[in-house]
Amino acid sequence: MKAHRKKKLITILSALALLSTAVALLLYAIGDYADAFYEPTRVVKGDAPLNKTIRVGGLVTLGSVKRAKDSLYVEFDITDNQEVITITYDKSLPDLFREGQGIMAEGKLVDNKTLEATKVLAKHDEKYMPPEIADTLKKSHKEGVEKMKQEKNNEKGDY
Amino acid sequence: MANSSKSFWRWFHQLGSPKWFYQKSAKWLPWLWAITAILFVFGLYFSLYASPVDYQQGNSVRIMYIHVPAAVLSMVGYLAMAVCAVIGLVWKMKMSFMAMRAIAPIGAVFTFICLFTGSMWGIPTWGTWWEWDARMTSELVLLFLYLGFIALHSSFSDRNKADRSAAILAIVGAINVPIIYGSVKWWNTLHQAYSVTKKGAIDPQMQTPLFIMIGAFYLLFVILVIVRLRLEVINRETKSKWLQEELA
Repeated sequence: MKAHRKKKLITILSALALLSTAVALLLYAIGDYADAFYEPTRVVKGDAPLNKTIRVGGLVTLGSVKRAKDSLYVEFDITDNQEVITITYDKSLPDLFREGQGIMAEGKLVDNKTLEATKVLAKHDEKYMPPEIADTLKKSHKEGVEKMKQEKNNEKGDY
Repeated sequence: MANSSKSFWRWFHQLGSPKWFYQKSAKWLPWLWAITAILFVFGLYFSLYASPVDYQQGNSVRIMYIHVPAAVLSMVGYLAMAVCAVIGLVWKMKMSFMAMRAIAPIGAVFTFICLFTGSMWGIPTWGTWWEWDARMTSELVLLFLYLGFIALHSSFSDRNKADRSAAILAIVGAINVPIIYGSVKWWNTLHQAYSVTKKGAIDPQMQTPLFIMIGAFYLLFVILVIVRLRLEVINRETKSKWLQEELA
């Protein structure tokens, strides 16, 4: 490579490196602000402002969904497997909404445990599979749990 | 080793010759079209018909077979444009700037397809067609970078100035590409995390058609760039004798 070309290449690459560093610092400074939602842990800790429109996200806790009989009103818990917060909502839920599913809710915090949602979105995870395989997985998971329970019982029997 | 690096540089210089490229690419194109057509026939058959539905999304999973390849090419296209920009600035290679300019609108279209199909999928799956999360926003920025590149290039009447200014935008904008890729890992987003590069996330029955479609999109992208680059050569070399002979 000729000297003047090498010089030019080095100039371009070092300019790019400097600029990348600047952008990286910027993104680092933005940090959590670029998050689309708060996790329940941060809400409980008090990081999220009350009475201001915010978004929270987490997995719908199993067995927590309580629907009203005469309206669309629904209450459910979401968790990030550490803390739990309750969501209240009075509009129709997305099709993908179910227990164990990741969701994102937009609304205002009443206190650091409850969010009054104006919008609930389902979050899709990164898994793609045919229904039969999902069924098999579910079944084998159930069997595995049963087996563990049995083994535990057997252990208890030994004592 | 010395031999292969020598042949690489010869190839590099040949590629830099508009005449060599124009004549050779005419021979490549029919082959490329044929392979691409075969890949699309198989890819579309499997992705739209012969692959299973998803256990949660049902048939809307099929949007993925267009969305993911378009997303891959929108990013790869921009990086290719940036590489052409560096080569053009350092080696003053005309062909490199021409290629850079040929890529821009094609990359913009693939970016638009990615955003559009993503929104179409978002309506039934998420319950919304748009959220300002880091992934979607950075991909939208990519579309504006492509459009900005096109606008900047066409705003100069002097071609050399246009090439050099637009090249700088192409290089600077390339910083956005790793941000798009990393966004779902660095921040929490509505968009799902890595699935294509994560082992076991996508069932093999869906992964195979997806990879065929990614291959087909890659080749289609290359073909479109070659076709546009040939037009660019005609545009810029109108006065050269070899081209007049070629077109006569």
